[in-house]
Amino acid sequence: MTKKVFWGALAAAGAAASIASADTLEDVKARGELICGTSTGLAGFSAPDANGRYEGFDVAYCRALAGAIFGDPDAVEFKPLTTTNRFSALSAGEVDVLARNTTWTLTRDVDLKNTFIGVNYYDGQGFMVPKELGVTSARELDGATVCIQTGTTTELNLADFFRANNISYEPVPIETNAEAQQQYLAGACDVYTTDASGLAATRASFEAPGEHVILPEIISKEPLGPLVRHGDDHWADIARWTLNALIAAEELGVTSANIDELAASTENPEIARLLGTEGNLGEMLGLSQDWAMNAVKAEGNYGEIFEKYIGEGTPIGLARGLNAQWTEGGLMYAPPFR
Amino acid sequence: MATASDPPQGGFQFSQLIYDTRYRSMTIQVATLIGVLALFFWLGANVTQNLADLGKPIDFGFLGEPAGYDINQRLIEYDNQDIHARAAFVGLLNTLLVAFLGCTLATVIGVLVGVLRLSHNWLVARVMTIYVETFRNVPVLLWIVLAMAVMIEALPQPRDFRGDDPAASMVFDAAAFTNRGVYIPEPLFSRSLGDFSFFGIFDISIDLLAILAVLGAGIYAAKLIGRQADRIQNRTGLRPTTWYKTLGVIVVPVLAVLAILGFHLGYPELKGFNFGGGIHLRNSLIALWLALSFYTAAFIAEIVRGGIMAISKGQSEAAAALGLRPSRTMRLVILPQALRVIIPPLISQYLNLTKNSSLAIAVGYMDLTGTLMGITLNQSGRELECVLLTMLVYLAISLCISGAFNIYNQRVKLKER
Repeated sequence: MTKKVFWGALAAAGAAASIASADTLEDVKARGELICGTSTGLAGFSAPDANGRYEGFDVAYCRALAGAIFGDPDAVEFKPLTTTNRFSALSAGEVDVLARNTTWTLTRDVDLKNTFIGVNYYDGQGFMVPKELGVTSARELDGATVCIQTGTTTELNLADFFRANNISYEPVPIETNAEAQQQYLAGACDVYTTDASGLAATRASFEAPGEHVILPEIISKEPLGPLVRHGDDHWADIARWTLNALIAAEELGVTSANIDELAASTENPEIARLLGTEGNLGEMLGLSQDWAMNAVKAEGNYGEIFEKYIGEGTPIGLARGLNAQWTEGGLMYAPPFR
Repeated sequence: MATASDPPQGGFQFSQLIYDTRYRSMTIQVATLIGVLALFFWLGANVTQNLADLGKPIDFGFLGEPAGYDINQRLIEYDNQDIHARAAFVGLLNTLLVAFLGCTLATVIGVLVGVLRLSHNWLVARVMTIYVETFRNVPVLLWIVLAMAVMIEALPQPRDFRGDDPAASMVFDAAAFTNRGVYIPEPLFSRSLGDFSFFGIFDISIDLLAILAVLGAGIYAAKLIGRQADRIQNRTGLRPTTWYKTLGVIVVPVLAVLAILGFHLGYPELKGFNFGGGIHLRNSLIALWLALSFYTAAFIAEIVRGGIMAISKGQSEAAAALGLRPSRTMRLVILPQALRVIIPPLISQYLNLTKNSSLAIAVGYMDLTGTLMGITLNQSGRELECVLLTMLVYLAISLCISGAFNIYNQRVKLKER
């Protein structure tokens, strides 16, 4: 009898394990909170503030997604992941969505069985060197010691760049951004390379940011975006359209300040559809009617989030550049909400 | 009347498997074995099935694809166009290098500290106690990170060596201690014999092989001289002085070979961003090596101390009565007996050190965990395959080490006749 119970329990556990990830939205709703994978600490993108509350550009996306699902931007738990364990954490179901400045590549999309749901930051790999070295171009870096975060696409780009220019270098693989910073500042490496946005964020946390320059060469395309697991298209749709809602809100001039007013009074049918006062887009996604409104309310629209955490008014000081709206000459372009 | 009872006849009944003590233990063992096998089979089948459902069936094909990343410390030729399998092999050699260096240094320090802890000098004995208790009671990862941090922060940068009045200078103009590692002179041969290709996988320097061969022959000759001295001592009671002969047969031929090959040193010098020439011992290697050695040495010291204390006091008293000096008592009487107690636990310390070397990634040392379990796993996304392969390799290394030392243990253990 006890044996039967034991085997029955095992079989049930096995069955439960295999269907656990079938419907992520159900799981998230049952749990009552979203679990979002972020970086272990990159100023401006995801880092705890003085009160231990996670804040940043990537974190804001997770809060918007939690807002869209629960109407509560704080119904989210953050799980800091390193570059090496992020994909296994996602595929094992430890996190529901990964918003961790991750580059969209074919291999990661196809072979690692992820679904990238869009691009929230168009980036490229750059180099930072101390000003006193007098280096003005990455092509002058022959023989330099380069600190690099291991397990990233930057590692492969770096090898390609130096091979293409036929110059040599000494890689120093490092696990986290904080360790890289320590080694770079102590002069254990001449150069630190990662995405240009990451370099700007890292430099902003230095005591004397002015003593370091970011070289003009951008050696790769690094479209960074949130991603989810393969195999749950419904969940991917929710994640994708939440990001699109933030981008569309900026384009339509919907901000966290005027959103309530617009919802009550707008004449613009596109805004009305986005905010759920017209049509049934929320229902199609399996969410409430005001899902996009809650998403934008969480931390503001895409432009507001950008300016708040990494824009030119912040210590990170990044210009919009490629990340401006398509109407302003950038690449941010949300498909129509209809 | 033949009423004596015959043993009950009758066929074998299945209930006997449980109620008959002759069979019961066997039944339980077989049932347990089947249960355990079924559990493992169930786990394995479940994993395979789930991976297949995810669209990621187990496949080792990625090992043959170009790795695409660079490795800083390479004992064999490697560039980023080589395949993942070769990158893993480069990592394996780095693991073996730090394990070998670590075991050697840990043994030297451990034996020294273990003996000194028994010293009658109060200060020496206390200092050694403090060393042992500090090192073995703090996790080795912290020692590794500390060693790295000290090297990075305390030593000068290569650019401090530049200029007319540099902030740092080289030791004897030959070795440079920088926060990127230590640069030491490298041996060069102007009349080199070239390399010998090992099945086209990697090259071995014939110069090195020649030197090792001559050195081996010299040591063998020295052993013969020692044996002859033994014979003379047994016959006459007087031991002839042999040290100059021994030294001669070991050193002179090696020096001769070095001269024939045109041995000279290549000194490191500042070139561009870094030192060029010479051998670059990276600070990741040094930090890992020293931290692992000092940590493991603390355990070895305790094993050595225990081994020595296990030898009865009568042995050293008897040796003293024969007129042996204390150093000879230790070398000829105590240590050979203590070794029997020391070696088995020593093997497990060597295994620990080798396995602890997988913490290398904390300081960016590209060992097997850093290459196969690190970058290759990340770039290919083959978690299960990489983990299984890495486990298999560590298992193989550990079995080789323990196999080799078990043979040695057989030779030194107490021979009972």
